[in-house]
Amino acid sequence: MTRIIDHAILGKLDSLKKVSFQFNGKSYEAYEHETVAAALLANGIRQLRVHEESGTPRGIYCNIGHCMECRVTVNHQPNVRACLTKVEEGMTIESGRRHPTPLKKTEGLQ
Amino acid sequence: MTDLIVIGSGPAGLAGAIAAAGTGLRVTVVDEFIRPGGRLLGQLHQEPSGEWWNGIKEAEKLQHEAHALGINIRCGVSVYNIETAEAGWKVYTNEGVLEAPFVLIATGAAEYPIPVPGWTLPGVMSIGAAQVMTNVHRVQAGRKGIIIGANILAFAILNELQLAGIKVDRVVLPEKNAVSRQAGEPEAVIRSLLNAAHLAPSALLRFGSRLMKNETIRNIGTRFYPKNGLKINGTPLQLRKAAVEIIGTEQVEGVRTVDIDAYGHVIPGTDRLYEADFVCIAGGLYPLAELAAVAGCPFEYIPELGGHVPRHSETMATPLPGLFVAGNITGIESGKVAMAQGTAAGLSIAKQAGKQAAASGRQLEQAIEHVRTIRQQVAIQFHPDIELGRSQMNEQWKAHEGTSVQPGEKIG
Repeated sequence: MTRIIDHAILGKLDSLKKVSFQFNGKSYEAYEHETVAAALLANGIRQLRVHEESGTPRGIYCNIGHCMECRVTVNHQPNVRACLTKVEEGMTIESGRRHPTPLKKTEGLQ
Repeated sequence: MTDLIVIGSGPAGLAGAIAAAGTGLRVTVVDEFIRPGGRLLGQLHQEPSGEWWNGIKEAEKLQHEAHALGINIRCGVSVYNIETAEAGWKVYTNEGVLEAPFVLIATGAAEYPIPVPGWTLPGVMSIGAAQVMTNVHRVQAGRKGIIIGANILAFAILNELQLAGIKVDRVVLPEKNAVSRQAGEPEAVIRSLLNAAHLAPSALLRFGSRLMKNETIRNIGTRFYPKNGLKINGTPLQLRKAAVEIIGTEQVEGVRTVDIDAYGHVIPGTDRLYEADFVCIAGGLYPLAELAAVAGCPFEYIPELGGHVPRHSETMATPLPGLFVAGNITGIESGKVAMAQGTAAGLSIAKQAGKQAAASGRQLEQAIEHVRTIRQQVAIQFHPDIELGRSQMNEQWKAHEGTSVQPGEKIG
């Protein structure tokens, strides 16, 4: 998605230093001091995880840490909120995956 | 050593920290976000005077003032529990437990969600999320958006999206149901917008709302509200259209709407599909008060303040010793009111802590008076009966004054 480099009232972005990070094994560029959520959206990525049970796609919803929809795995730590986490040079980010539901599968057998 | 822990670095929290530190108290502020400012950061609007209110600048001013006073502001710190300690309070965070005799909870507000089929698709976000993405992170929320929900916050942010060059295709209502309730009724929406007439983002709407103060004209107006809507800086406000489904497979591709009558009933055979790559849901704000509840603070239900609110006095004290509240946790109002409340809270805490400057002068009384003055002056008023809500809270406080409250039982 397009970055708003020059804003009519807010002016120009002052810090334009870049860092690189990985998302699901691919390299991307971000601006220093921005959140993982903002960096991914700026790279055109909306889907951050899938619902653990149904596998349906999810992205940011509230963008300020309340809704927990943007959980990703950051440097091997799962369930980190992308909207509250600053992206850092060399960070590896993985999207949340679908989990097995072994109990559901056996429900019909009981 | 800290005398006061402030939870939340928005306008209320920072103003509270500054007022308290100004009397000599040692203050630590914690906040989950990557930088201080809270909801101030996203705010950008023109005051009736024509001047721009730039929330980022306001937040920076407060931050500088706080640093000059030696206030420790810790960002990226989440609070998940508060308990009484031997002398005051224990505040549990992701970076360990903090302890202080005084705690000011200034956690602000959260947005009411309005579930719409398809709303879990990437690209659907709360209106506040789009605001933060645009004004704070400077990344466009998308190329073409649709806003579901017509309220004061939606219009303020619509204007901000337009300022950033983002196309908002239209504003429609949510379908009327048990969750959306009055937000899905054109007649009720128009009535609520009248109270924000002075803020209406276009001269046309301002003019329209003056006429609509008359009930008959209002009823006719709602019934004959133009199908294509009135335009707000180029974006049609379509009060007679409701979103019934957000469409897409991997992410948002569009919104399916139906036409509705003045009371929100669906008119059959009016399905339309509008393309969009992002959708904002604007359900309004409610006080984010969990931490006060966990601490064991009694609550009052006052719809004019935004719902369930911790019981508090005009000095921003709760019935629990050493526990104070300020800002939107006490009721949904403008950031300027939150700031004034924060100052009152900070002085009130200093007075209880026995700080000479706050205890002897009339500073606290003046700060409380200032909250009332600002409330009458602000351009953005979220609830028309805010004064009524405030006086109800004061009555509740007086009715319970003197009865002792024990901090809540430890949970878990």
